[in-house]
Amino acid sequence: MITDAIVVALFVVGIGFFTAGSVGLLRFPDLHSRLHALTKADNVGLGCIALGATIQAAELSAGLKILLIWIIVLAGSSLVSFLIARHFPRRT
Amino acid sequence: MPDFTMIAAVGLVLTMGIGMIRVIAGPTPGDRLMSLLLVSTTGVALLLVFNDRLREGPGLLDAALALAVLGPVTTVAFLVVAARRRPDSDAEDGRDH
Repeated sequence: MITDAIVVALFVVGIGFFTAGSVGLLRFPDLHSRLHALTKADNVGLGCIALGATIQAAELSAGLKILLIWIIVLAGSSLVSFLIARHFPRRT
Repeated sequence: MPDFTMIAAVGLVLTMGIGMIRVIAGPTPGDRLMSLLLVSTTGVALLLVFNDRLREGPGLLDAALALAVLGPVTTVAFLVVAARRRPDSDAEDGRDH
């Protein structure tokens, strides 16, 4: 039961970060501010949900695969954020 | 709670819906690109949440892995084509990026 409570808490925090990232994507005034919202939702939100799914996973190989998914999303989203920020420069 | 998975899934789908608003109404193509990336990562989270329910083999995690790799790869492909197409006359140091 403690495991279920921890997993539910992690899922709630992760979904909270995803919602904050989506609302930030909607409400921020500039492309570069929206990049901030996107990376917070991607990295921390997916990290919390991946941690909850790892605790809930059936076997060790599934847990390691979930952590691999999180690491790939981390690397990919940081790469893409840098490229997008460089490709659309600020005109101030 | 046995039904928390469904509540979490509905929450993530609502997050996807909010993200799609920026895809439609984004003023620049960069906004639309970023919003599609967020929707794709939310899809990965959705598949991870359902991992406990459907335990017949590792197929769900493989789909999540493919979706997680597809987002950045598509974005890099789009940016390479866009950088090749636009004239880089407003670069600061004058060289082609």
